[in-house]
Amino acid sequence: MAGRTPRTGERTGARTRVGPTGPTAEALDVDALLDDRTVGIIVCCGSGGVGKTTTSAALALRAAERGRRVVVLTIDPARRLAQSMGIEALDNTPRPVDSVDTAAGGSLDAMMLDMKRTFDEVVEAQASPEKAKAILENPFYVTLSSSFAGTQEYMAMEKLGQIRADAQRDGTYDLIVVDTPPSRSALDFLDAPERLSRFLDGRFIKLMLAPAKGPARIVSAGFGLITNALTRILGAQVLRDLQTFVAAIDTVFGGFRQRAMKTYALLQADGTAFLVVASPEPDALREAAYFVERLSEDRMPLAGLVVNRSSPAPQGDLSADEAMAAAERLRAQDPTSLTAGLLRLHADQTRLVERESALRAGFARAHPQVATTLVPALAADVHDLRGLRRIGELLADPAGS
Amino acid sequence: MSDWPRVRLHVVTGKGGTGKSTVSAALALALATRGKNVLLCEVEGRQGIARMFDVDPLPYAERRLTTGLPVGEERPGVVHALHIDAESALLEYLAMYYKLGRAGRALDKVGVVEFATTIAPGVRDVLLTGKVFEAVQRNSRNKGATEYDAVVLDAPPTGRITQFLNVSNELAGLAKVGPVRSQADTMMTLFRSPRTAVHLVTVLEEMPVQETADGIADLHANDLPVGGVVVNLVRPQELTPDQLASTDPAVVAADLKGVGLDPAASLVDGLVAEGREHAERRTLERDQRALVGELGVPTYELPRLARGVDLGALYELAGLLRAQGLA
Repeated sequence: MAGRTPRTGERTGARTRVGPTGPTAEALDVDALLDDRTVGIIVCCGSGGVGKTTTSAALALRAAERGRRVVVLTIDPARRLAQSMGIEALDNTPRPVDSVDTAAGGSLDAMMLDMKRTFDEVVEAQASPEKAKAILENPFYVTLSSSFAGTQEYMAMEKLGQIRADAQRDGTYDLIVVDTPPSRSALDFLDAPERLSRFLDGRFIKLMLAPAKGPARIVSAGFGLITNALTRILGAQVLRDLQTFVAAIDTVFGGFRQRAMKTYALLQADGTAFLVVASPEPDALREAAYFVERLSEDRMPLAGLVVNRSSPAPQGDLSADEAMAAAERLRAQDPTSLTAGLLRLHADQTRLVERESALRAGFARAHPQVATTLVPALAADVHDLRGLRRIGELLADPAGS
Repeated sequence: MSDWPRVRLHVVTGKGGTGKSTVSAALALALATRGKNVLLCEVEGRQGIARMFDVDPLPYAERRLTTGLPVGEERPGVVHALHIDAESALLEYLAMYYKLGRAGRALDKVGVVEFATTIAPGVRDVLLTGKVFEAVQRNSRNKGATEYDAVVLDAPPTGRITQFLNVSNELAGLAKVGPVRSQADTMMTLFRSPRTAVHLVTVLEEMPVQETADGIADLHANDLPVGGVVVNLVRPQELTPDQLASTDPAVVAADLKGVGLDPAASLVDGLVAEGREHAERRTLERDQRALVGELGVPTYELPRLARGVDLGALYELAGLLRAQGLA
């Protein structure tokens, strides 16, 4: 459809249709996306607190019950949702989810990403046992692997690459749904692999390695200046740790940049579809807009926008102002009037819905090519398969009930 | 009047989407009364302050933002804003304490600044909190710098707040001695003192309330001072769930007719259905409010504003925070 890159739009030409001319986005056909066998990876991205994890899980469940063999890779699900999917034990391996309807021939596995463990596994796979041990114990490595902004993003991609390779070899899955980390900004997710690899390949690392590598050609006055400064601020021990770390990691991550490039290429490929998730709030939609622009700049295949937590439109065509005026008149007659209260609620709800639709219209005006689906706000949190199924239905058909 | 008269540093955290930036801004306005100077800081690179107050993106420098909440006849104070980024903080720190003019720039060039602010354990957080610390600790000895009566920090989300403030602990694996370490220890003294309060913003939904409870337990376990819980985006409270559940469509229809509206079935049913839905959500909110009540800390409530949060709304929220005693 038009929401994907032109390339994919041509391929799935059957789904393309002429949208309305106003600032109302074309509706995202979620089921068509889930049923499209050429789509092997769906990445859900967006800013924190918009319900990405729930959306990913709901999409994965719906795809499985429509016959796809699915694995969903989640980052940090709410405890009860994780329990209901049987993945509260964090062991970095996909586990089958119970009680999934497999009548259509599909299946659902789920896993929760253990960022540090994924990183450790990369190190262990690349280095000799002694070297791996030295790296895993280094304080710089500990931070890099557990709290560096970007590691989680990179490791999510690393894990995606692994699962993808395993699935292709063993024929285990035909669809991988990926939830992205709750980044400070949605863009971190695309930039992190590049940042990490640029850093590890960077001048600073080379400078740090210079003394260890003998002939002090690069050990210029500048380098002395730098090590002196670092020693004064951090102390000599820290500098030694740092040099050990840098020397060790250099051998392990010789091909780091290639790995990052490979991941990146996988994301750009035809079999991937990005879904941007947002809530009808200015900040979340602004992030979503950045993300849409960035995806198109990087030629990543965008499938559409999911707006979670949308306020349900009130019935009838009584405007907020009319409702408020009527409420005032009723209240003048009877200060405790229940009907006046209902009218005020109606006015409040109408204003909320108007504001949200103005925000969405703004988005649609700037990004008319992005197909959109709305998920109405549910009264209660989702923490079981029934709830996920319900979200799946709403994703596929926001108006249906 | 304020529940927190001794607090100089108000740290505001909350789960993503609960409105912690809005609450931080409203709190800064509410504190800046009676000629008081307040500094509102952000550390997550989002430029949320600039957007909320409709000004140009903020540099790494303190800027006068606006006047505080007017109270009676008294002259309001001034809210200043500061956007803290780790890179600028590190260069400033190096220039200030180590007189590293040229070396500082050389460090930046070869990527040390990027290294220190992204990968070195805990250094990023120490730099961000270090600048906040400096603003709180200022006194008349700091020539030319504005002294603040209070500093409000729009902090990282609940899941990260303890780690963020617990700077000595973060550095523990790395710098056991040395200047960075002793600086971190001095900062901890302030963060653990009654001059600091960590306020948590939540909404009345299951996950945010659970995260707030976890956050409070975590702060307590690390001797960090827990402030209040701000319950944000509360739905209109006019009708009770019981009242809403017992609505009689015939009465509604008659009332509508009485004020000149056409009591079409679709309108009446719509209003009754909206009322029921609202009642359902209110009941769920009531359960969550009860859980918030059991947290054992003062709570404050702010309404969900259907029109969204503009500058006027920030003052409105500031007034509500002040009336309830957060400021």
